[in-house]
Amino acid sequence: MSELGIAERASEAEERVYLAPQWLLMWWRFRKHRVAVFSAIVLALFYTVALAAEFLATSDPGLPAAKRSLLPPQRVHFFDGWRPTLPYVYAFSGARDPVSFKMVYEVDKSEKIPLRLFARGFEYRFLRLIRTDRHLIGVGGDHRAEDVISFLGADEQGRDIWSRLMIATRLSLSLGLVGVILSMTIGIVLGGVSGYFGGIVDTAIQRLIEVLISIPGIPLWLTMAAALPQDWTVIQVYFAITIILSLIGWTGMARAVRGRFLALRTEDFVTAARLSGAGQIRTMFRHMLPSFYSHIIASATLAVPGMILAETSLSFLGLGMRPPAISYGVMLQQAQKIQTVALAPWVLVPAIPVIVVVLAFNFMGDGIRDAADPYGQ
Amino acid sequence: MLAYIGRRIVIALATMWGISLIVFVIIELPPGDAITTAMSLQAGGESGTSFIMTDEEMNNLRRLYALDRPLLVRYVNWLQRLAVGRWGVSYTYGGYASPTPVWEVVSDKFAMTVAVTGAATVLTWLLFVPIGVYSAVRQYSLGDYAASFIGFMGMAVPDFLIALVMLFLVFRFAGVAVAGLFSPEYIDAAWSLGKLWDLLKHLIIPGIVLGTAGTAGGIRILRANLLDEIRKPYVLTARTRGLPEMRLLLKYPLRVALNPAVSSVGYVLPALIGGSVIVSVVLDLNTLGPVLLEALRGQDTQLAAFIMMLIGGLTVIGTLISDILLAWLDPRIRKGFTG
Amino acid sequence: MQQTHTASSRAAPEAPPALLSVRDLATHFPVDEGNVVAVDGVSFDLYEGQTLGIVGESGCGKSVTALSIMMALSRPGRIVKGEILYRPRGQDPGPDEVIDLAALKPDGKEMRAIRGAEIGYIFQEPMTAFSPVHTVGNQLIEAIRLHRDVDGKEAKSLAIELLRQVEVPLAEQRLDAYSWELSGGLRQRVMIATVMASNPRVLIADEPTTALDVTTQAQILDLMRSLQQQSGMAIIMITHDLGVIAEMADYVAVMYLGKVVENAPVDDIFHAPKHPYTKALLRSIPKITEAEEELATIAGTVPHAYSRPEGCLFHPRCPEFMAGTCDARTPPPLPVSPGHHVSCFLYGDGG
Repeated sequence: MSELGIAERASEAEERVYLAPQWLLMWWRFRKHRVAVFSAIVLALFYTVALAAEFLATSDPGLPAAKRSLLPPQRVHFFDGWRPTLPYVYAFSGARDPVSFKMVYEVDKSEKIPLRLFARGFEYRFLRLIRTDRHLIGVGGDHRAEDVISFLGADEQGRDIWSRLMIATRLSLSLGLVGVILSMTIGIVLGGVSGYFGGIVDTAIQRLIEVLISIPGIPLWLTMAAALPQDWTVIQVYFAITIILSLIGWTGMARAVRGRFLALRTEDFVTAARLSGAGQIRTMFRHMLPSFYSHIIASATLAVPGMILAETSLSFLGLGMRPPAISYGVMLQQAQKIQTVALAPWVLVPAIPVIVVVLAFNFMGDGIRDAADPYGQ
Repeated sequence: MLAYIGRRIVIALATMWGISLIVFVIIELPPGDAITTAMSLQAGGESGTSFIMTDEEMNNLRRLYALDRPLLVRYVNWLQRLAVGRWGVSYTYGGYASPTPVWEVVSDKFAMTVAVTGAATVLTWLLFVPIGVYSAVRQYSLGDYAASFIGFMGMAVPDFLIALVMLFLVFRFAGVAVAGLFSPEYIDAAWSLGKLWDLLKHLIIPGIVLGTAGTAGGIRILRANLLDEIRKPYVLTARTRGLPEMRLLLKYPLRVALNPAVSSVGYVLPALIGGSVIVSVVLDLNTLGPVLLEALRGQDTQLAAFIMMLIGGLTVIGTLISDILLAWLDPRIRKGFTG
Repeated sequence: MQQTHTASSRAAPEAPPALLSVRDLATHFPVDEGNVVAVDGVSFDLYEGQTLGIVGESGCGKSVTALSIMMALSRPGRIVKGEILYRPRGQDPGPDEVIDLAALKPDGKEMRAIRGAEIGYIFQEPMTAFSPVHTVGNQLIEAIRLHRDVDGKEAKSLAIELLRQVEVPLAEQRLDAYSWELSGGLRQRVMIATVMASNPRVLIADEPTTALDVTTQAQILDLMRSLQQQSGMAIIMITHDLGVIAEMADYVAVMYLGKVVENAPVDDIFHAPKHPYTKALLRSIPKITEAEEELATIAGTVPHAYSRPEGCLFHPRCPEFMAGTCDARTPPPLPVSPGHHVSCFLYGDGG
């Protein structure tokens, strides 16, 4: 406030702040948010995993093996007695309990299975491009087919949970991202139209949003997902689920965008754009939208966890992604039977990345939102 | 005030109509109908049943149930039937010869849904108001950090996971599977004080599981609002007036900060009711959730549609109550003041 | 040695002792980014029936000074130094019978017996100074019942009486109104009524007319003056508006960055200003007679709260800056005429 008519004369340090572009200012503010920065790093790691999922997997995630059903996690040893050594795991032997029909495993301490970096394993295409059979970690030397390393144990079908987790990360995280991009697009277009034109269009869109918001999401998702044909491929189901989730998820974004547009409609720079002959669509998307990009990014970041949680819930109920697709929710289906969980608590492990990712997105979103606020310090 | 309530009721009815439209479209969306689904289920059955119909028989059945009419006609018919209380029948319950009216299928489950979500709502409010107030007043204290942690966990952990973990822990340490809403001896017993007490005991875990997300959200909203309000000039004014700090806090900022929390009930309720569907599946609760899931899988159209309408209606009524409560609490809404 | 400079001129034999004496008050806000020195060694005296104007740009510590006196600072603000000596009601004037408010517990019983009861506070924005979900009557009656031993019915009739006293038309109906249903001027009148409920001896008015239009401003100032004449209360008028100062104040303290740089009787401030900052403030008032001239401004802006200049706080913006002196040492307050002190090296032997 220059209430006394005081001229603005900036010092050099202030000059730096005045001249910095918007994104740089945001970055400076975001950097101060330690939890948000840490969350961003965690998410970067997760998306790296998503890219290099097969490389990080230790065994074929889709391959069932009755002999390893509900195999407990193997301990990696770094010492041989007291002597440090290359990491290894012990071999194990399993037998079916004649009464319960469950596999019972015994560690065979006489046989060590060494671990190697860049070991050979199942064949895949790295980044869908390079055909290879190298994996970051695997069993070394001349090993038999049943010698595997299973950091997190195996599920009921004997598939390695660690390896499945890597692949599931790709599916669940990308679905969240694609879903948010979709719902963002719908939200921005409808919210923008609603806020810019106002009147009947606005009323109609607002009523639609109110109806959608007041319907409990999960039953609605269930109902829509149940309508998906059983014989669809994984890819078809993937996109169908993404669309279902974003058809409902766009409402929040639309409301935020509408609010912004309503506030901006009377701003001078918008009037200026219109007076200088810019078309309505051009005014909306070239002049108004960029002025709150940062808020959109923040809202989008905060919307991703909802998508991931929704996919997990749907798949858990068997109405989302279906096997052979591998997602966090599909993996958690194994935990539906309490007896299985009691016997093999490690089937709950996929819950951990869900929680970590959701928290990280929330913290990062909070950080971006605070950084995007031009009136923050 | 009356005008406001009237307006909210009109909006609620319009919302109900919107929900009916969406529900009908979705339910009609999948290819095939109840008859073909029943056929494929029968054909896929293990017992090699003799219940196989010819195309003609199937068409006759379709005509009988008016499944061959245009979509719009069926929608209008459906609405008419809903309005006069003929809510439809379920073919999976009772079979095709003597289908069970949907209300009979769901009536006790509906009551249980109300009980479970009601318990969760009450628990949510009992928890988040004191925690949120403490968190805001003792900002950056150990308790505040603990509350924030609970808040974040409740937000990040999906309902069904909390349910799973609680089931697992109880199973592991008590050796029993606590599922369902009644102990075995009470399931078929008539209502008595003992049965009610048994129900209340069984409502604790679903209440906690469902209440966690709401509590987490409530703590966050109330804490943020209260921190905002505490900094407002009118609080300072009341302080300079000589009002003791505790009275001040309870009379002014809490009153104002609770309003957004009350209005958020409208948004929390759909999530709560939706969450109860999935939690009921995990905890094996006799609510609408598992029935809906089954109806959806079996394309039991009338049953699924009815349950969706029930759930929608429950939400709309809950939202309406919270809207009226809010207007009663907040004169700015009652008197239409915006700004 | 710290001078008790402000008191010197007033301590003439016939003058009564000060009602409120602020001595070397310092209030800091320790925040993550650093320690914000909001008030830095402020001293002044306030006498019964007198109006003290505190003037300065926004962010110079006027309001924090006032809230420090009320012991109603928001976190993390706290008084780190100094005394706020107050002579409570019913005490015979004497040098020793004073309470140091700064030493009281902010939410303690003694402080609450003074805050609101003996020292009232009026805010700049009467809109936000009332709770939006309680009627103004509710808040007015609350003020009455806090400070007077009356039942609900008596409180209500007292409230109506008070509203009439501050010239609120239709007083009875207004009790059931919400603050956002009233005009700005009415709101400020009701605000004044809530403060007058306890018949205070000191009224602190923090920019009471800034949010109002010019006509209403004049009415509110008139009202305050007539209330002062009736009750003999002392007023601390905080403002950035020199016009309000000219109209209301008997004595003026000019603040810059948490320090009083000049204090003097109101005539001296307008006709014989000494401090370069005071002069600059006066120059920035538009004058009708010099219509063609460009409006003078003060060079630069108030420095950032975390980086206070060395030496005289005003030297980076001062047109009469003396290198080696102003940026090296802090100027002490010097008497230049009776009751007139200035903290500047241009005067006395500092320069």
